[in-house]
Amino acid sequence: MTEEQKRMIIAHRIAQELSHGDVVNLGIGLPTLVASFLPPGLDITFQSENGFVGLGPDPAPGEEDPDLVNAGGKPVTIMPGGAFFDSALSFAIIRGGHVDVTVLGALEVDAQGNLASWMIPGKMVPGMGGAMDLVVGAKKVIVATSHTTKDGQPKLLKQCRLPLTAAGEVDMVVTELGVFSISGGSMVLHEKHPAWTVEKIRALTEAPLEVASGLKDMVLPVGV
Amino acid sequence: MPAILSISEAVAQVKGGSTVMIGGFMTCGTPTGLVAELARRGVHGLTVIANDTGVQGNGIGMLISAGAVTQLIASHIGTNPETGQRMIDGRLQVELVPQGTLVERIRCGGAGLGGFLTPTGVGTVVAEGKQAIVVDGRTYLLETPLRADVALIKAWKADRKGNLLYRRSARNFNPVMAMAADLVIAEVEEIVEVGELDPDQVMTPGIFVDILVRSVSRHD
Repeated sequence: MTEEQKRMIIAHRIAQELSHGDVVNLGIGLPTLVASFLPPGLDITFQSENGFVGLGPDPAPGEEDPDLVNAGGKPVTIMPGGAFFDSALSFAIIRGGHVDVTVLGALEVDAQGNLASWMIPGKMVPGMGGAMDLVVGAKKVIVATSHTTKDGQPKLLKQCRLPLTAAGEVDMVVTELGVFSISGGSMVLHEKHPAWTVEKIRALTEAPLEVASGLKDMVLPVGV
Repeated sequence: MPAILSISEAVAQVKGGSTVMIGGFMTCGTPTGLVAELARRGVHGLTVIANDTGVQGNGIGMLISAGAVTQLIASHIGTNPETGQRMIDGRLQVELVPQGTLVERIRCGGAGLGGFLTPTGVGTVVAEGKQAIVVDGRTYLLETPLRADVALIKAWKADRKGNLLYRRSARNFNPVMAMAADLVIAEVEEIVEVGELDPDQVMTPGIFVDILVRSVSRHD
């Protein structure tokens, strides 16, 4: 699988988790791709933590407005019916449980629902930005991540080794190989990539792995 | 009524060693004219409170490159590698704060509150050295207020009373910082006469603003 195919499988699958009327915050990078796979007709309001709801698609070339950017500082648009506010209100929305779903990436995620996504001591210290508030405050936390690191090491661990973003807040993990929930110190596999066996997935997963009774194949995006 | 000054007259009031809040998010809504002048003046020993340090050479990145900052309180520095390098070299002390906690600490500073309780950071390094308080069975961290000597903020329009309107997502930290500093300098794109702004639309009441300066950039 190419990196691009992995990203498409993950984003496509997470898009199926969103429900009509949800307020959703998508992290920078892979999570942003989820918006491209929304089922037609689904009414989703995207929140941007720098201060608005109604985040729209990228502007046409030449139509960029330096006063309208997403949480990565990139030019975006706002949908009709959107609203701007300051950062204090934005994080009242986030911490106050008014975001239904947040999707964000991971360096590591573990079987206790812990997430590590913001620093590698001695190597990379970008800061947590809004991630700690989002993971604590959103009603549902979905982690979007490749199943292994670039070196092939598991990212779904028994216990995170890196500094945490939040403890025990992750509800669901979606990788290119499967869809997992967190339950009693295990990760539960609910759906798997059709070309992969449970044993091959288990071999790349450090977290204790259970298999849901109704295990299904993941629906892959067209063309992957 | 706030004084209407030139950018250099306004920035001359920011002394070395002061604590300065600077509005903006990834250079959007950053008072770039004020920041550039502050970097140019060679002021040193600043403690800066801001969401991020922009990118290298732009926004608050200009102050970092000038070596004007010795302490930084921010939520994210990853977009400016120079900030990380200076932190590793020991030339810049950085306190990383979750973004929602950062803005609420500033709000507390401006709102006369002694702090607030947040679930953000519980079970992480952010909790180290902080008092944990359980309310109705849920654990929260006690986070304390932040204030500054000076706030440098950016708005779209002002009237001569200092009432401010912001534009699009350039609002971000600016209205909150306007409440939390002893001296508030607002860089604005346009200054209109008193009575021209609808009081229903005002986002920051002019009573918070001490100095207005005209920005070089402008959106109509």
